[in-house]
Amino acid sequence: MAGGVAAAPRAGRSPWRHPSFVIGGAIVGCIVVVALVSLVWTPWPATKMNIPHKLLGPSAEHWLGTDHFGRDVASMLMVGARNSLAVGFVAVGIGMLFGVTLGTLSAAKSGTWLDEAIMRSADFTFAFPAVLSAVMITALLGPGVVNAIIAIGIYNIPVFARLTRSGALQVWAKDFTLAARAAGKTTVQITLRHVIPNIGGLIIVQGTVQFATAILAEAGLSYLGLGTQPPNPSWGRMLFEAQTYMQRQPLLAVFPGLSIALAVLGCNLLGDGLRDIFDPRVARSRA
Amino acid sequence: MSALLSTANLTIALESGEAPVSIVRGLNLTLNAGETLGIVGESGSGKSMTALALMGLIPSAMRASGSLRFEGQELLPYDEARMTRLRGARIAMIFQEPMTALNPVHRIGRQIAEGLMLHEGTGEAAALAEAARLLDRVGISQAAERLGAYPHELSGGQRQRVMIAMALACRPELLIADEPTSALDVTVQAQLLELIRDVVAERTMALIIISHDLGVVAELAERTIVLYGGAVMEEGPTRALFTAPHHPYTRGLIAALPGRGRRRGRLTAIAGSVPPPHLMAAGCPFHGRCKYSGEDCRVMMPPVTQLGQSLVHCHREEAIH
Repeated sequence: MAGGVAAAPRAGRSPWRHPSFVIGGAIVGCIVVVALVSLVWTPWPATKMNIPHKLLGPSAEHWLGTDHFGRDVASMLMVGARNSLAVGFVAVGIGMLFGVTLGTLSAAKSGTWLDEAIMRSADFTFAFPAVLSAVMITALLGPGVVNAIIAIGIYNIPVFARLTRSGALQVWAKDFTLAARAAGKTTVQITLRHVIPNIGGLIIVQGTVQFATAILAEAGLSYLGLGTQPPNPSWGRMLFEAQTYMQRQPLLAVFPGLSIALAVLGCNLLGDGLRDIFDPRVARSRA
Repeated sequence: MSALLSTANLTIALESGEAPVSIVRGLNLTLNAGETLGIVGESGSGKSMTALALMGLIPSAMRASGSLRFEGQELLPYDEARMTRLRGARIAMIFQEPMTALNPVHRIGRQIAEGLMLHEGTGEAAALAEAARLLDRVGISQAAERLGAYPHELSGGQRQRVMIAMALACRPELLIADEPTSALDVTVQAQLLELIRDVVAERTMALIIISHDLGVVAELAERTIVLYGGAVMEEGPTRALFTAPHHPYTRGLIAALPGRGRRRGRLTAIAGSVPPPHLMAAGCPFHGRCKYSGEDCRVMMPPVTQLGQSLVHCHREEAIH
C-alpha cells in the first residue's frame, strides 16, 4: 500500500512494542486522568483567592505553590488540563467532521468544479497561519473559549480535508473500489464502507497531531487574552500572568509551561506511535 | 426470445485533444441466456475496456456510443442509477487481481454478504449464512469459520474463489470474467477454470470470458471473438476458430502457440507490435502487420464474410480462404 494508506492491523503486531506509542499514551493518559479527577476533586478550589498566601513556593500544603492571588497552582493546572483537553477534542472534532466530509466528497467528485471549489477554499483558509486566523476569528466574534474552539476548529478543517482527499484518491484507484462499483454499490456506500475505513488510521494519526496544535493554539489565544476568560484557569493565561512575577516567583511560569510542553509532546509521540502501528512499512524501516 | 446481451456498433473513445481516440471500434455481439462467449486479444486490444463498458464502468474521460442492450433494455447513454441496479445483481464481474480486488480491512464473509444485503435486502444473519454456503460451493473448506478471515489470510487462489463467491451471490444472469486466472499459478488456474465452468453450467448463467490466453478461452467458451486494436478480426465457434482459423491475425495467434509436437527451435511470433490507439488508421487495425494487406486495408474497415463456421472481418477473404 503505497504512500500512507494503512493496511488492516495484523494480529501479532503488538502496539506495546512501540516506545513512542507507550510513552505518548502514558503522558496523554495521565493528563486525561488528572482532568477527570479535577471534575470531582482538586486540592484547593481552583478559583479561591487567598491573598496572604500569595506567591508561595511548593510546599506540602500547596504542592506547586500559589499565584499572585494566592490561588493553588496545582488545582489551577488540573482544571486547566480539563480546559485544554476540551478545546482539543472539540476543535479537532469540528475539523475532522467537516474536513473528512469535504475531503471524501472532493475525492469522490475528483476533477469536477466541486472538487476544485473545495480544494481552493482549503488553500485559502490554509494560507493564514493558525494563530493569526484564530486571532482574526476571535476578534470578529469576541474573545472567549467557545469562539477560540470555533477558530481552531475552522483552522483544522482544511488540514483534514486535504489529507482525506489525497488518501481517498488512493483508495479510489484500488481494484477493490472498482470491484465494489461492479457489485452495484453507490458512491456514498463505497465512501462509507471502503474509503473511510481504509484511511481511518491516517485520519486518527493526523488527529493526534492536530490535537497538540489545538492545545498550543488555545494556550496562545489565552495568553493573548482571547481564549479562556478569567476566573476560569487556563494554562496559557497562567503563563501570561506569571510573566509579571518572573523575578519574584519564576516557578509560577515553569509549571504551566511544562504542562503545555508535556501535553504537546505526549500527543505527538502518541501520533508517531500510532502511525507506526497503522503502517507496518514505516515500522519495519525504522527498526 | 430477445438476446440477454447485445451490442451494435459499440464504440468506446477517449475524448482528448482534437480527435477522439477509439479504443473499441464498432463491436457487435449477441449473447443469449446461458451462453458462453470468449473474447481473446493481446494487451491493448480493448478487451478489458469492453468488459468495463458492459458494466458501465469506463473511465470518465471515455465515451461509449452505439447500442448496448441488456434483456432488450438500451443502456446507452449510461444512467448511473439504472447501472447500479444491474451491477452485482444481474451482471457480475470477476477481476484479474484477486490480491487487490478485495478490501483489506473487511472480513470476507461480510464482503460476500454485502451484495445480498444491498440488492435483495437480505438480513445480515441470513446473508452470512448464504455467504458460508457460497464459500463452500467455491471450494473453500471450513467455510463457516473462514467467514471471519481477512483477505490477507488467504492465498491468491482462495481469494479468487472468494471473488467468484461474491459474483455468484445475487444469482446474476451474466458473469463477466476479465482475465480471472492470469495472476495465478497454472495448477490453480486449471482448478478455477473448472470451478467457473461448473457454476456457470449449474446456474445457467451466461459467461463472457476475457483473456489473452487462448487456452483459457478454449476451456470455457462455446463461441469466441478475436479482438485486435479494438476491432473484431474473426468470430465463430471456439472449436472452428482453433481448428480452421481464417483471418491472418487468428492464424498468426494459433501458429504462435508453443506446440506439443515441436521440440526446441524458435517460437513463432507475429512480426511487429500493436500500434498505439492514436496512430490507428481508419481501416483494418492489423494491416500494418499483415502480409496480405493493401491500400484498401489501410483506409477502409473490412467487410464481414462467412468462411466455414466463422465470420471473418477481412478485405482479402478470397486470398485467405
